[in-house]
Amino acid sequence: MARKISMRQAINEALDQEMARDPSVFVMGEDIVGGAGGMGEIDAWGGVLGVTKGLNAKYPGRLLDTPLSESAYIGAAVGAAACGMRPVAELMFLDFMGVCFDQIFNQAAKFRYMFGGKAETPVVIRAMVGAGFRAAAQHSQMLTPLFVHIPGLKVVCPSNAYDAKGLLIQSIRDNDPVIFCEHKNLYGAEADVPAESYAIPFGEANVVRDGKHATIVTYGMMVQRAMDAAAALAKQGVECEVIDLRTLSPIDWDTVIDSAERTGHVICVDEAHPRCSIAADVSAMVTQECFKALKGPIQMVTAPHTPVPFSPVLEDLYIPSAEAIAKAVKKSMAH
Amino acid sequence: MSDQRIVPIVMPKWGLSMKEGKVTGWLLEDGSRINPGDAILEVETDKIAGAVEAHESGVLRRRVGEPDTVYPVKSLLGVIADPSVPEEEIDAYVSSFVTPSADEDEAEQGPKYEYAETSSGKLRYAKRGSGDETAILIHGFGGDLDNWLFNIDALGESATVYALDLPGHGQSAKSLDKPGLGALADAVASFMTTVGIDSAHLVGHSMGGAIAMHMAASDPGKVDSLTLICSAGLGREIGSYVDSYLAAQGRKDLKPVLEQLFADKSLVSRQLVDDVLKYKRLDGVEPLLKDLAAALFAGQTQQDQPGARLAAGKAPPALVIWGKQDEIIPHSHAQNLPGAKVAVFDGAGHMVFMEKASDVNALIKAHIAGS
Repeated sequence: MARKISMRQAINEALDQEMARDPSVFVMGEDIVGGAGGMGEIDAWGGVLGVTKGLNAKYPGRLLDTPLSESAYIGAAVGAAACGMRPVAELMFLDFMGVCFDQIFNQAAKFRYMFGGKAETPVVIRAMVGAGFRAAAQHSQMLTPLFVHIPGLKVVCPSNAYDAKGLLIQSIRDNDPVIFCEHKNLYGAEADVPAESYAIPFGEANVVRDGKHATIVTYGMMVQRAMDAAAALAKQGVECEVIDLRTLSPIDWDTVIDSAERTGHVICVDEAHPRCSIAADVSAMVTQECFKALKGPIQMVTAPHTPVPFSPVLEDLYIPSAEAIAKAVKKSMAH
Repeated sequence: MSDQRIVPIVMPKWGLSMKEGKVTGWLLEDGSRINPGDAILEVETDKIAGAVEAHESGVLRRRVGEPDTVYPVKSLLGVIADPSVPEEEIDAYVSSFVTPSADEDEAEQGPKYEYAETSSGKLRYAKRGSGDETAILIHGFGGDLDNWLFNIDALGESATVYALDLPGHGQSAKSLDKPGLGALADAVASFMTTVGIDSAHLVGHSMGGAIAMHMAASDPGKVDSLTLICSAGLGREIGSYVDSYLAAQGRKDLKPVLEQLFADKSLVSRQLVDDVLKYKRLDGVEPLLKDLAAALFAGQTQQDQPGARLAAGKAPPALVIWGKQDEIIPHSHAQNLPGAKVAVFDGAGHMVFMEKASDVNALIKAHIAGS
């Protein structure tokens, strides 16, 4: 039965249902239970933003509060995965991933390849991404491109509660390491979500709006901004197709190229910095695959190449706006 | 005929989840004479598009609903009245019209969906009307009770109507022992026991028709009459629909498959495709549908022929309805049930009960009343 729940609840439900279904699934991270060494209020927090709340009581012993040592527990999760468990490690902010790059880039991502296909690493690393939360430069980055760059990793970034549940279930069932990026500003966003379990396959973009004049390719929180831009442009007679990539690695090139060939105008929207971003990646691939179909230069709408500002005014300016997206569509269509 | 001199045309409620609809265009001019059944204007919901039809005769005096505008269910879209009614009275009627709230609607009609704990698992159903006769609507392979969105309220005007989700479908339990017509018929029978129905008029679409015939053959006392819509079980041939439905994993693959269901392909909306995809992704659905397809439709051949098991002379009265453009089961099968009344509609496909809803509803009502 479908009912409206938030993305936070949808993620909690995915963890809950997979823990119930598969005893090898367990969850580890900082403060995901109640804060080790606190006042004994077990299950008080359920993670820094309350995503795992209630799970500890339901699955005693399967939620592990870890020390503040990301490199240690991400390494432990990768090792547990290589030994047959299905750990879901919560790393709070993707920004903190730097201290465990070796465990992720050189170990988790390489096991399948370097052991000749004999090893699998079914680990999921969940982490918050994105700006707009007034959390300053070290807690606000959209670092998805760093992980997409590494062969052997799968990278997921849902834009809504329905996709979050189905993609997290798929991530847990998947036999490869998955970096699961949760936009902190979307936790409260509600959508119709079935109470039953379901998995959304990787590498399948979602065309969230049909249109014939221009294609907007994006993911995460930018999907709603692209939809807002498309709605504004529709009033002026410009029909945009909006593609939510959902999974960045693997990526659904077919859907992107097919749409680009039909519209001839492509706008790549990314909350990440512009250099070596998802936007740059999509832009390059479209140029290579369907150059002759293009009627105008591909536009990239991204955050600037600066740290995320702490000033709320500047932070709001930093994040790509619906207006900026609409302007880019018009710029391409002016050609 | 109502004794009211002014009759409103309101935004219809097509299906249990519809809250609003968009007027896409008027089919008649102001001043047009209207007879019951005439299509007056076109409305589109997030699920489907269709025409609003007249229930009364009169003259279309006022078109209130603006094209490309969204209105809540039961909003005033137009006014039908006799030419003798003065313009001022129409003005007054339009300005004083109050749209009933959705909550009132729910209180009046009861809950949208209910669940029955049956011996075949938890089954979702909807109930409409309170007439003496009881009808049960049984959807087809991969469908659900919302397929009857254009029918359930109309049929509920004169009968007590139940529509259920079969096991493995919609929001019913996603499990079925020994998938096949027998198990599905058992599920319908246990549903009847659970909600307290001794016998009913069975209205089955496609695979649902085959289930209804199976029940009529094996337990005729439970079946007052049969209405078989583009039914399975009346011949061997079947198109590639079931195989392609199972194979489709994304919107792009699924859309052309769902288009096979309709004569008018534009009826397949983005929402319809998304809803089917979301259903197909639920845990347990795909394996169950595959087992069911293997039992019933292996090798693009209908494996079970319950129509042939209906005892001549003892079978309940049957009405067979088909869309002439049915791409899934050929309309020639409509002729394969001796003694049945047959209606084949041009301009409709496998979902004839959606595409020709008011005609089909009228036929079913008459069939139930006459059986």
